[in-house]
Amino acid sequence: MNQIAETLASEHIHRDEVGAKIGMWLFLFTELILFGGMFLAYAVYRFSYRDYFALASKELDVFIGLINTLILLTSSLTMAMSITALRRGNKKLSLIFLSSTIIFALLFLVNKYFEWSAKFNHGLFPGSNDLLSLPRGEIIYFGLYYVMTGLHAVHVIIGMIILLFMLFYIKSNKVNQDYYIMLENSGLYWHLVDIIWIFLFPLFYLIH
Amino acid sequence: MEHKNNHIVGYGTYIFVWLTLVTLTALTVTVASFDLGGFSIVVALIIASVKALLVMLIFMHLKFDDKIFRIFVAVAFLTLMIFIVLTFSDYSFIR
Repeated sequence: MNQIAETLASEHIHRDEVGAKIGMWLFLFTELILFGGMFLAYAVYRFSYRDYFALASKELDVFIGLINTLILLTSSLTMAMSITALRRGNKKLSLIFLSSTIIFALLFLVNKYFEWSAKFNHGLFPGSNDLLSLPRGEIIYFGLYYVMTGLHAVHVIIGMIILLFMLFYIKSNKVNQDYYIMLENSGLYWHLVDIIWIFLFPLFYLIH
Repeated sequence: MEHKNNHIVGYGTYIFVWLTLVTLTALTVTVASFDLGGFSIVVALIIASVKALLVMLIFMHLKFDDKIFRIFVAVAFLTLMIFIVLTFSDYSFIR
């Protein structure tokens, strides 16, 4: 059955999976430069306001940051295993892994929500009087914190939506054992989101 | 055109990488509790880079894909490094 489908596919549709993957990586490079520019701004300001950065980062909850790190690492694991499951022909297991990834993404956002609301309750939100009365170095730290983790959170939301689409595509067999490049590319995006957090966590939460 | 990569990474490999990543996370948190002065940022960045490399090589299949992908990624990071080095070579002397 699969063979027939494959023959039909190769006769009627030209698929270039290496090309599709190269395209995805090219897109990821634009993301790298987008975040890279922000990391560069962070580096320059941390260089000039070392003590203020250390002071301001004490406001962050290392525990929440750590939990979110573990959540994202685990979500990357389930994402990768979802692809393996699909390629081995176990559609059900693939769906279970993919759903777990989406649930982890949701958990990450819930944590982020509580983390940010705690900050907001302390009057530390962009443009607030409490924040603006702080020394310049701390204002810059919180500015970078909100922009960088905020943009990262936007990526988590986008990733979640993409993965939801994949969930439906696998269910309807549009993505399957023989044609899984869409799932692979979504996975690449998801792992990029993980990698960015791997750098954000020590740079914002673990400063002395 | 048989370019398709047929290597399927097993669950065991992924779980092993995940365990390594979790261990490295614990390590980076532990190291951060000691005051190493200016050196602590270096240690944090080295650990983060090792973690990122693991994710890229195994989770993102760079180790198993065509060589062209590894060259791509190297060029992208080299570009970013040029930005960083040039910025700091300039910035370090402005005072």
